[in-house]
Amino acid sequence: MNAPAADVAGARNPVYRRRVLVNRFNLVMSLATMAFGMAFLLWILWVLFANGFAALSLTMFTQSTPPPGSAGGLSNAIFGSLAIVAVATLVATPVGVLAGIYLAEYGRGGWLARSTRFMNDILLSAPSIVIGLFVYTVYVAQVEHFSGWAGSAALALIAIPVVVRTTENMLQLVPASLREAAVALGAPMWKVILMVTLRAVRGGVITGVLLAVARISGETAPLLFTALNNQFFSADMNGPMANLPVVIFQFALSPFDDWRVLAWGGALLITLTVLLLNILARSVFRQNAVR
Amino acid sequence: MASDGATLTMDLPVAATPAQGGRVRRDDAPPPSRGHGQLGDLIFENLTRLFAMLVLGMLAAILIALGIAAWPALREFGPGFFFTNVWNPVKSQFGGLAPIYGTLVTSAIALLIGVPVSFGIAIFLTEMCPVALKRPLGTAVELLAAVPSIIYGMWGLFVFAPWFGDHVQPLLTSTIGRLPVIGAIFQGPPSGIGLATAGIILSVMVIPFIASVMRDVFEVVPTVLKESAYGLGATTWEVVWNVVLPYTKVGVIGGIMLGLGRALGETMAVTFVIGNAYKISAALFEPGNSIASALANEFNEAADPVHRASLISLGLVLFVLTTIVLALSRMLIARLARGEGART
Repeated sequence: MNAPAADVAGARNPVYRRRVLVNRFNLVMSLATMAFGMAFLLWILWVLFANGFAALSLTMFTQSTPPPGSAGGLSNAIFGSLAIVAVATLVATPVGVLAGIYLAEYGRGGWLARSTRFMNDILLSAPSIVIGLFVYTVYVAQVEHFSGWAGSAALALIAIPVVVRTTENMLQLVPASLREAAVALGAPMWKVILMVTLRAVRGGVITGVLLAVARISGETAPLLFTALNNQFFSADMNGPMANLPVVIFQFALSPFDDWRVLAWGGALLITLTVLLLNILARSVFRQNAVR
Repeated sequence: MASDGATLTMDLPVAATPAQGGRVRRDDAPPPSRGHGQLGDLIFENLTRLFAMLVLGMLAAILIALGIAAWPALREFGPGFFFTNVWNPVKSQFGGLAPIYGTLVTSAIALLIGVPVSFGIAIFLTEMCPVALKRPLGTAVELLAAVPSIIYGMWGLFVFAPWFGDHVQPLLTSTIGRLPVIGAIFQGPPSGIGLATAGIILSVMVIPFIASVMRDVFEVVPTVLKESAYGLGATTWEVVWNVVLPYTKVGVIGGIMLGLGRALGETMAVTFVIGNAYKISAALFEPGNSIASALANEFNEAADPVHRASLISLGLVLFVLTTIVLALSRMLIARLARGEGART
């Protein structure tokens, strides 16, 4: 930024010259690290798109996962993933929003709110495989069978902290005057929260839910011990269910070429979904932040 | 005229108090309307509190549930479980040192590469980047975090590992690998599968987390501080190193801890490339195992209850480890945020 001025002095003084050189070197390194990060992103996306689009076909959406050596698709896995993620979202949204409301509107600086906030932040980054293990020990091991419900439970546990966090952050942005105005009109607190403050940050809360959905749709580890997998089409949430991440995991590590091709197709589907959800969440947030 | 307005406000203490505090406080909010409103408030407040407590109790519930499920293995092998390297499902002998070692080593590699790179990216985004590019590039870095980890695993197994094994590993083994002491690290079959590959892929995965915390904390440095340093003739690097970094030190360490927490628990990407071998070796090109990958690979096949409990014990270790790291991370980041509040 002030390099030109330093340049003039640097021509005469070795100390200045050294400082300018150090500065330049480090800024170039900084640029290089940025390029390093972008290179990996582009490399991964390129590999994914090249392999994924080659694998994409109509039968992928219409047929179930095949035994090795025969043609098939991923329809059972796509359906299973949608069902498991949908149930997880339906559970996580109200729980997360209500807990977020408590943190922002009632608890605030109290001990309960502070410790909940702290625990929530830890859960936000907790290893997802341990969450899967937890659901296995308290649910799957007790009923003695894997099920779509268990998968949904694991994913919901991962989604809740995301929703809590964004809901609380968004509610804190609501100006106090808005609450005061509603309270002054004689509205009880619960009405103020549900119909005024929460409504004012609707966009932000939706953003949080979308981010949570994006986060859980790509999760594989928690589903391994909960939903397991199913080679056939099944709409029974109480039994093992096929789902995209686990099918990808299984097929990618298999020695069969046609399975690997399907794995790339599934990987592309998941990544596109996750990236689209992320972009959607950002645009919802931006639109509502302007208002 | 002006005094009229003043008395008018004085007459309305209820409205004035919250405005001074900047926020409505529950204690001095006007009494809610009587009847259904009060009951509704009671129900609603307690309902939200119930869910908050649910979130609060989750961590403890996970610890307790895993502790109970892990107990058979811990009782059988004692504390030695964490310090012995045996993994023999046939003889039902288990000791988790190898996966614990693999988890720590791969995470260390991830930080060794990830921290400097994230630091560079954060400097670029806050100090050098043209304003127009700030948002798209920042978003692009965050997209690295959005890519599901199984995609990293597939890319790692099918593309990165072969390339790394064919081109980078032989090069490293024949150059740095010949050096005394440090050379022992760069040994192993050039297959591309092993601890080093897992660590490098982890580093790419933690970069977005560390870089975005660093960028956010760099942004809170008061402009006046930076401008003072520039005014004294400091170069951009000197401002970053001597002003921005000391000011945000705590937050930066918090960001690194967050990255570490992520690296420790990452499952799918590591499972694809680590090689799943229960061995402890200083050579990083040798295959190894991590706690998460051992769980992902073996848990569903483990029929023996002791085998299963041993795997759950490993999961418990992982959870305790990441919880400590993440708790430290949160406390450090929160401390920076508080300090900033006190100073402004």
